[in-house]
Amino acid sequence: MKYLLLLSCLFLFMVSCGNNKKKEPSTANTDTVLAETPLETSEKVKFPIYDFEGLEPLLHKEDGKTYVVNFWATWCKPCLEEMPFFEQVNEERKDDGVEVILVSLDMPSMWKSRLEPYVEKKGIKSDVVILDDPDQNTWIPKIDKDWDGAIPATIIYNKDKWQFFGHGFTYDELNETVDSFLN
Amino acid sequence: MKTIRIIGFVLLLMGLASFSETWETTDAGYEIGDVARDFSLKNVDGKMVSLSDYNDAKGYLIIFTCNTCPYAIKYEDRIIDLDKKYKPLGVPVIAINPNNPSLSPGDNFAKMQVRAENKGFTFPYLLDESQEVFPQYGATRTPHVYLLDKTEQGNVVRYIGAIDDNYQDASKVKEKFVDNAVDAMLAGKEIQVTQTRAIGCRIKV
Repeated sequence: MKYLLLLSCLFLFMVSCGNNKKKEPSTANTDTVLAETPLETSEKVKFPIYDFEGLEPLLHKEDGKTYVVNFWATWCKPCLEEMPFFEQVNEERKDDGVEVILVSLDMPSMWKSRLEPYVEKKGIKSDVVILDDPDQNTWIPKIDKDWDGAIPATIIYNKDKWQFFGHGFTYDELNETVDSFLN
Repeated sequence: MKTIRIIGFVLLLMGLASFSETWETTDAGYEIGDVARDFSLKNVDGKMVSLSDYNDAKGYLIIFTCNTCPYAIKYEDRIIDLDKKYKPLGVPVIAINPNNPSLSPGDNFAKMQVRAENKGFTFPYLLDESQEVFPQYGATRTPHVYLLDKTEQGNVVRYIGAIDDNYQDASKVKEKFVDNAVDAMLAGKEIQVTQTRAIGCRIKV
């Protein structure tokens, strides 16, 4: 009996991890405050740097391809764990018109010191872009009304379908989910 | 005998059902207006801390934070400022580290003590050792703030979310969510923005 109770607790607890059903923020803050990108740093950084407005077109391309947009950062351990799967899918599913975009949420101070070395060392082939927009309470709900802001998180979309995933992926899960967008 | 056993079994099942139900409600975490349960967690000075220890408090700023998350670090000074500003007004900061130190060694108790000492924390910095408190609140990331209002009905949740709208630069903040919420609460006014979101480090379970 004790065992059963423990098991049910464990189960509920596990459910809670993936299921963050928070209500929409009752904020009226809708003006898009743009991040002031420090130009001195951005000039030297190898990847494009966007605020949310700049990133948005990458989330709504209609060119027949299927895009896998992963939000990550070098300080996010579970993000780095699933990174190889995204790389693998990007490589293996090219002929199916699948393209991975890695949106880094690393902080400006980490772009040169952590992000670039990581991408180089791991030989990352997917497109890497930087999202630098501190006004997160404005843009997070625009990506998904239920996203609590924790990463990893991923969007998969093509011209017919657009879906947000507020959790990590295994290789098989990612492949199967991508499949469901191709048929 | 058999009937008794069956009745016993049914009772057990009912018990289990109600048990899991309460778990489900706490499971999703607090919503605005919910009454938060008290806790007893170990502070960096070795003493146990509960909300009920604060006789004169009008409310509490419960902040789930940690040593290692870059966002939490960005907000450390601002958390100290919140405590300095609002403790004298009756709303002290209580910081709780929700991470499992075996998965995040930089967040173990000894390192918490060092961090609190080095930064000169003016507030308790507690370890959620059994990781039972943060799921009750529904905290998912660090930093994650809950403003509680001490009422006759209990400690009512008034605000959930981020400290302000610019983690990078305190001088570029346009909206101080927590300050606004506490100010409104203390003035007996309606809090305009009760929930906000921010990027943060997922709590390590």
